[in-house]
Amino acid sequence: MVFMGIDIGSTTSKGVLMNEEQAILAQHLVHAGIGTSGPAAVKRELLAAAGLQDEDIDYTVVTGYGRRTYAEADSQVSELSCHAKGSAFLFPDVRMVIDIGGQDAKVICLDSHGRMTDFVMNDKCAAGTGRFLEVMAGILQMDVSELEQEAAKATQTLRISSTCTVFAESEVISQLAAGAEIPALVKGICGSVASRTAGLVRRMGVEEKVCMSGGVANNGAVRRAMEEELGTEILYSPLAQFAGALGAALYAMEKAGKEKEHE
Amino acid sequence: MSEEVRKPRPAPDPASAKYKLNMIAKQAYDDVAEAKKRGELIGWCASNFPVEIPETLGLHVCYPENQAAGIAARGGGERMCSIAEGMGYSNDICAYARISLAYASGAEAEEQPMPLPDYVLCCSNICSCMIKWYENLSRELQIPMIMIDIPFNPDYEVSDAETAYIRNQFLDAIAQLEKITGKKWSWDRYQEVMEISGRTSRAWLAATAMARYVPSPFNGFDLLNHMAVMVTARGKPEAAEAMETLLKEYEENHNKGISTYRGEEQHRIMFEGIACWPWLRVTSRGLRDRGINMVTTIYADAFGFIYEDFDGMCRAYAKVPNAINLEYARDKRIRLCQDNHVEGLLVHTNRSCKLWSGFMNEMSRQIGAACEIPVVSFDGDQADPRNFSEAQYDTRVQGLTEIMQSRKEA
Repeated sequence: MVFMGIDIGSTTSKGVLMNEEQAILAQHLVHAGIGTSGPAAVKRELLAAAGLQDEDIDYTVVTGYGRRTYAEADSQVSELSCHAKGSAFLFPDVRMVIDIGGQDAKVICLDSHGRMTDFVMNDKCAAGTGRFLEVMAGILQMDVSELEQEAAKATQTLRISSTCTVFAESEVISQLAAGAEIPALVKGICGSVASRTAGLVRRMGVEEKVCMSGGVANNGAVRRAMEEELGTEILYSPLAQFAGALGAALYAMEKAGKEKEHE
Repeated sequence: MSEEVRKPRPAPDPASAKYKLNMIAKQAYDDVAEAKKRGELIGWCASNFPVEIPETLGLHVCYPENQAAGIAARGGGERMCSIAEGMGYSNDICAYARISLAYASGAEAEEQPMPLPDYVLCCSNICSCMIKWYENLSRELQIPMIMIDIPFNPDYEVSDAETAYIRNQFLDAIAQLEKITGKKWSWDRYQEVMEISGRTSRAWLAATAMARYVPSPFNGFDLLNHMAVMVTARGKPEAAEAMETLLKEYEENHNKGISTYRGEEQHRIMFEGIACWPWLRVTSRGLRDRGINMVTTIYADAFGFIYEDFDGMCRAYAKVPNAINLEYARDKRIRLCQDNHVEGLLVHTNRSCKLWSGFMNEMSRQIGAACEIPVVSFDGDQADPRNFSEAQYDTRVQGLTEIMQSRKEA
């Protein structure tokens, strides 16, 4: 049997195909999220990569901000539960997930069964999310994927004190105009994201075994800054950005099993 | 796509509590407008000001908070807030205040008109920031302001000294109103009003307490509509009668195993904070679609006052939810959660309400720990629609539902 999890976010769409042995058959990411052709492209690429047809998929669960408008799924689950489940699959002992996505940040607590027990999300402001990093990368004429390497060259950190993305943009421009070293500035920008999210983590109380998921998890500079802020190791998997889709695929498997029991 | 065909609603039953309560809420505005036309002096009154005082004196007053909620619920919140911001008021301040100050400046609000006041009655027990709102009304309109200061209470009980402090202010407010309006205070009439207010409050609190039954005989969002009468008319005999009808209906619902909550009540939550009036339908539907009934909220119970005499009234108004310390406020909510079998707490964080949002994080954390229930918060505003994101609300409510469901299955 084949199960699909699809995570439609604000800036990207991610998908995972999984079989009943919980083996990942394919994963794919498209840089186009809700309201775009991204979800359809993800599905097309997944099927092509796994050599499968549409009808081979037994059950689909959709998650993410686009979950309510994706008509092809059998059911939908919140990205909170999906990131919890996907992260617990990647790290069975994990008790806390920090998910920083395109437009929000979440801190999720898990029990020993990988079930979500509590969560907290950022307020309505986009500061401290992936969008913040995109805006900053834009000012520095970089791709967001280049930020980690640039920060690694830094010999010092230039702190960004504004929490508001718009004000931080002015602050970065002023620093550039004053001749600031770009690596130090990038390190400060990454530290700013970590610092803001760390506040959410502290509100929940830091649990042992913390991992990061979501697109921002791929930025090692943010992960390291988070480790310094929280004083604990941050677990990371190259599949971090797929944690939501992975969780959705696992839910698809569970839900298909339950439906079968009822038949 | 074909358009949704809505069934015509049956005519409201004049004997029903809903009809009676709606009529009283409407009549309250009509009465004030008529009084103004007759040339009587009318007042604007804070929602937790002792209504017994104007009622005993036979004064007609209306309630800016209630008006602002009505304007916001009917779609005028953003327009009125923008007008106030154009006058120089920051969008960080209370949206009720912005709407009210815009209205007082002459901005029209067909959503809920009311006559301009000849005096204002302010009481700090619901919000200390309200003092500045009412001071501005008083200055802009050049009318007297009667101010009752109820100190924030760090204790669980109201001390004799505090009671005396409040008593003297109540008596002074009566004297000022007699002077302003020419009306005379009667202790016999006060006794009657006190008894009616107590009767209304007892019926209201008994009705809200019917949520202790599973399933609840009512949808908690009903309370948000019905409480308008508790704010504006609790000292009137028709209000007492309507609240007793409401209680009777809920008792009958319970006996018959029915509810005004449509659908199966799968989860029960407490809602913390002021209602999100511009998004009432969205916030209500987000719960109902997931089988969640909001069975209790301190906001509704805040307008029920039980006391035996004048000093008792002083103490009652010093114990309203926004005038008490965090621990006492927490304990009251824990009691509501326990009595009503609450499984989760949904917190409306309203950043323009400094008092309510200031201690909300810590208080809700303590409630969650004590009741072993999940706590989820969302950003919104009681009257400014610009401070709410439907997608963010939806994700948080779904997350809360999934935790509650998972706990039931575990």
